[in-house]
Amino acid sequence: MKNIKFLILGVFFAIVLSKTQAISWYRFYEMFRFQSFHMFGIIGGAVVISAIIMQLFKSGKIKDINGNKIVPKPKKKGFISTILGGTLFGLGWGISGACAAPIFVILGFKPLPALILLIGALLGAFLYGVVSKKLPN
Amino acid sequence: MDFILQPWPWYVGGPLIALSLFLYFYFGKNFGASTNFETLCTMAGAGKVSDYFKKDWKERDFALLFVVGLIIGGFISAMYLIPNKNIDLNPKTVQELTDLGFSNVANQYFPDEIFSKEVVLSLKGFLILILSGVLIGFGTRYAGGCTSGHAITGLSSLQLPSLLAVIGFFIGGIIAAWFIIPVLF
Repeated sequence: MKNIKFLILGVFFAIVLSKTQAISWYRFYEMFRFQSFHMFGIIGGAVVISAIIMQLFKSGKIKDINGNKIVPKPKKKGFISTILGGTLFGLGWGISGACAAPIFVILGFKPLPALILLIGALLGAFLYGVVSKKLPN
Repeated sequence: MDFILQPWPWYVGGPLIALSLFLYFYFGKNFGASTNFETLCTMAGAGKVSDYFKKDWKERDFALLFVVGLIIGGFISAMYLIPNKNIDLNPKTVQELTDLGFSNVANQYFPDEIFSKEVVLSLKGFLILILSGVLIGFGTRYAGGCTSGHAITGLSSLQLPSLLAVIGFFIGGIIAAWFIIPVLF
């Protein structure tokens, strides 16, 4: 099982999100009300350090475990899709206090509500898959 | 031991999230979480309904293991690592939520008004959660990523679409916190 490292990484990431309270509904409410620096500090700090790491990847100073150059996948480019999709996600995030990774972490805290969120998210992804060709980009 | 049991400050969280991203890429994969919603749909047989889901999920088994790890990590945290669930919220936030009718604010991670069993099993509470979930699943796929994929990976690799997506995330989140939560509660 060469992929078992991803399982361990998942455990680690979940503990980081839990211990920094980045899975707490209250922390997101507080962030969207601009009443605390906490979440901005976490996300901003992660982005700044990751940007330095990305430069090391880009320059080839750090290669992956197999010796290959690390290149982040380019994101798809539609203006409407990213803004509108982002806003719809933000609505769900702001109401439930959960984003994609935390939904799974919250399963360990509050199994029943997290399961309902997850079923909703799967329905949403399914719905997107069905209508994706008809949506504006 | 004391450090393990205390809440971790933001300046510990940011670097550790960056470390997670680094390891993900070092192990040869792109960091993100929301594609798993798609993968789980594929595994459940969504390919029968739409060609969109006709993908080989075995190529993404590493990500599913990551998800299993997230659940295990959440469980370990909930059971052993967070003896004290107090949150050091801005007193203004506590007052606002209390005025909206929230109880026990800042003494727990998740408000009973959304996450308690009674609320979850009521029609209103169920609809709030399931529709939020639909917005999360639909929105992340339409935008091509979530907080991990766009806000952390995309912004740090200086991708313009990710900046747009994050602006969208905040437009939605601000509308939710300023206009929808006060109406719902």
